[in-house]
Amino acid sequence: MKIQMKDIVKSFGSNKVLLGVNIDIKSGEVHALMGENGAGKSTLMNILTGLHKYDSGTVIINGEERTFENPKRAEEEGISFIHQEMITWPDLTVLENLFMGREKKTSWGWIKTKEMREIARELFKELGVNIELDRGMRTLSVGQQQLVEIAKSLMSNAEVIIMDEPTAALTDREIKVLFTTIEKLAAKNVAIIYISHRMEEIFAISDRITVMRDGISVDTKPTNETDKDEVVRKMVGRDLEDYYPNIETENGNVLFEVKDLSDGKVYENINFHVHQGEILGFSGLMGAGRTEIMRGIFGIDKLTSGQLFLDDEKIDVKSPSDAIRQGIGFLTENRKEEGLILDDSLIGNISLPSIEEFSRSGWINTKEEKDFAELLIKRLTVKTVSGDVPVKTLSGGNQQKVVLAKWIGAGSRVLILDEPTRGVDVGAKREIYMLMKELAERGVGIIMVSSDLPEIIGISDRVIVIHEGHIAGEMDKADLSEEKIMTLATGGYK
Amino acid sequence: MNTEAGSIEKKKEKRSEMIRKLGPFFALIVLMVFVTIMNPNFIQMGNILNLLRQVSINGLIAFGMTFVIITGGIDLSVGSTLALSGALGAGMIAGGWSPVVATLAALVIGALLGAVNGTLIAKGNTAPFIATLATMTIYRGLTLVYTNGNPITGIGDSFFFQFIGKGYLFGIPFPVILMAIAFGILYVVLHKMTFGRKTFAIGGNENAAYIAGIKSDWIKIAVYSISGLMASLAGLILTSRLNSAQPTAGTTYELDAIAAVVLGGTSLSGGRGRLFGTLIGALIIGTLNNGLNLIGVSSFYQQVVKGIVIIIAVLLDRKND
Repeated sequence: MKIQMKDIVKSFGSNKVLLGVNIDIKSGEVHALMGENGAGKSTLMNILTGLHKYDSGTVIINGEERTFENPKRAEEEGISFIHQEMITWPDLTVLENLFMGREKKTSWGWIKTKEMREIARELFKELGVNIELDRGMRTLSVGQQQLVEIAKSLMSNAEVIIMDEPTAALTDREIKVLFTTIEKLAAKNVAIIYISHRMEEIFAISDRITVMRDGISVDTKPTNETDKDEVVRKMVGRDLEDYYPNIETENGNVLFEVKDLSDGKVYENINFHVHQGEILGFSGLMGAGRTEIMRGIFGIDKLTSGQLFLDDEKIDVKSPSDAIRQGIGFLTENRKEEGLILDDSLIGNISLPSIEEFSRSGWINTKEEKDFAELLIKRLTVKTVSGDVPVKTLSGGNQQKVVLAKWIGAGSRVLILDEPTRGVDVGAKREIYMLMKELAERGVGIIMVSSDLPEIIGISDRVIVIHEGHIAGEMDKADLSEEKIMTLATGGYK
Repeated sequence: MNTEAGSIEKKKEKRSEMIRKLGPFFALIVLMVFVTIMNPNFIQMGNILNLLRQVSINGLIAFGMTFVIITGGIDLSVGSTLALSGALGAGMIAGGWSPVVATLAALVIGALLGAVNGTLIAKGNTAPFIATLATMTIYRGLTLVYTNGNPITGIGDSFFFQFIGKGYLFGIPFPVILMAIAFGILYVVLHKMTFGRKTFAIGGNENAAYIAGIKSDWIKIAVYSISGLMASLAGLILTSRLNSAQPTAGTTYELDAIAAVVLGGTSLSGGRGRLFGTLIGALIIGTLNNGLNLIGVSSFYQQVVKGIVIIIAVLLDRKND
């Protein structure tokens, strides 16, 4: 299938989202679509699959002008959209999920399970997917669920598959499986439109790259004729002289120390410390136990052993409220589930952990609260109409800044940041790095968990690598390299 | 977003917020005007005071229910709590205890029964619907056991206890004054104090609230205790008015309370709501009961009308989203 979209223009009310986008998709290619959040990628894809109507322009499919009435129609004609947030039926089996809405039936309405099973088995074999058909969808990892979704879209004979940030929640191993699958699909002449923020992936998997910025398509180039710097430059429209801020911060005394931390399940005997003004990176594969360790420190999950020391004094943390009282802050990896109250205002979210600060015997001084929150909104340059609107109206990067504002406002001296730049666009990423450096300069000890190796290397003063719940190694800034970290993370050097 | 679009957005946001806030209030006014046209006797002072007194029991229960629903929960046990605390209070008076002590004891019992709900939900991780469905039958069962299925009479003519349900202060029925005081206190607690803020935070996103250092278990236990306390206060008013405690008192009261909360624009999914809305919701239900009677609509039809009003209110609220 060949798709050409020409001069696509689209506005929502007075807000112009697309100002003339040109893109062409050839069959059998992996076409990366890149751009910051808000550049118009999703809108463009929603126009292609018929969710939104466009104001002007043309969509030509196989030489004919064509507009789909709705996403279902697009899917029937061979264009599938695998969204970042998948729609599955967690309590049904893999097989039932695969055939949801298009079960094979006899004329009496009986479901022909045997036939469906055979079709599914055949399909999985073809894709190299090894998942039992009778397992409950809920028991699968996110990566496996994604593979099921891909298989499902292939069953409707998709010729074009759109994937929106497909690797956001996958482990490295799952990413490999996904990439092999994508290669197999491309070999079968299926076109893949691949939306991602991860530069390394784009260059590993794509044939061509289209960059979008502020509602226009800036450029389309074969992947082997461009490089990372050029893509970033086109995405942000200016040179990012330094992607990671090159600021040296002075490391002071040991601020926070963790001794013999174990939870009896995922991790064991974790010992480390962080200095004042230090950014300590935590690397490792997904599922190695990094997030669990942080949850243990913050008092969310129970420990079987372990002691915490702040300024050489032992502290007792049994719950998040204890941790906060001691000056520890925790930006979780999933801001929508654990970081924010989406319906609440920016002010309400920012002041929540410090609410007692603005109240006298339980009465909230709303003026003080508002001034405090708005100061932080300004300081962190959160882009918003006002502090009173719900945080759900903000972009991902700005939402993340609100979570940061909340912990900075709570006066955190030890700040745990779990994947602080996940789902955040390039511009906001850099602002978050700058902010981390600024906090470090003021003596805050930062513990950053990240799966993004260039980020870990670019920003950390020191890195600890976790492998299967144990500390596999520790490296100073001077010794850092992707190879060394990966070797430790995968259990090498033993 | 450019600033122009931003300010339009902001205006829209403000307007829909106004509609959300004042919608139930206008509905109440329209309803009262309609009933007055149909029967002018409705608007007479005597009837209005009577209406307010009728509303006070449901209103008190609904105030507590508002807290519970804002946390994303529900309390089905309020009717049974009302009956059990009322019966125990009446039993104590009949058994010779001082009415003041008995009244306070009944209130404490109500709060404790609520705390049991809260503990089951927060510490036992039970779904609020299930936990309070169970305690609804348990508390009702205990009431029947305690009363042997017979009303408790012989409460005597203590001025204090008579006054709770039948007294007047400055010409206003005392239950109405109790409702006004409870509204004032709970309004401040919910909308001006940290406790209320935490209540909203739990309903908005319990995980995020917990990680922000809110002791969600204790807040929930306190919220269900408030609900129990309000139910027992309503129980005392009812007992005083009837001069007896009925073992079946308060049956299905939870439904009227939930209806009042929902009519007032509080979201059943938690995180959003207003106590003032609940007051209006209770007044709408009261006006329907009182007004339809005055107009002469049969009580069978009244139920149908009440249900339809709830559906219309919820549909209108959806539209504003």
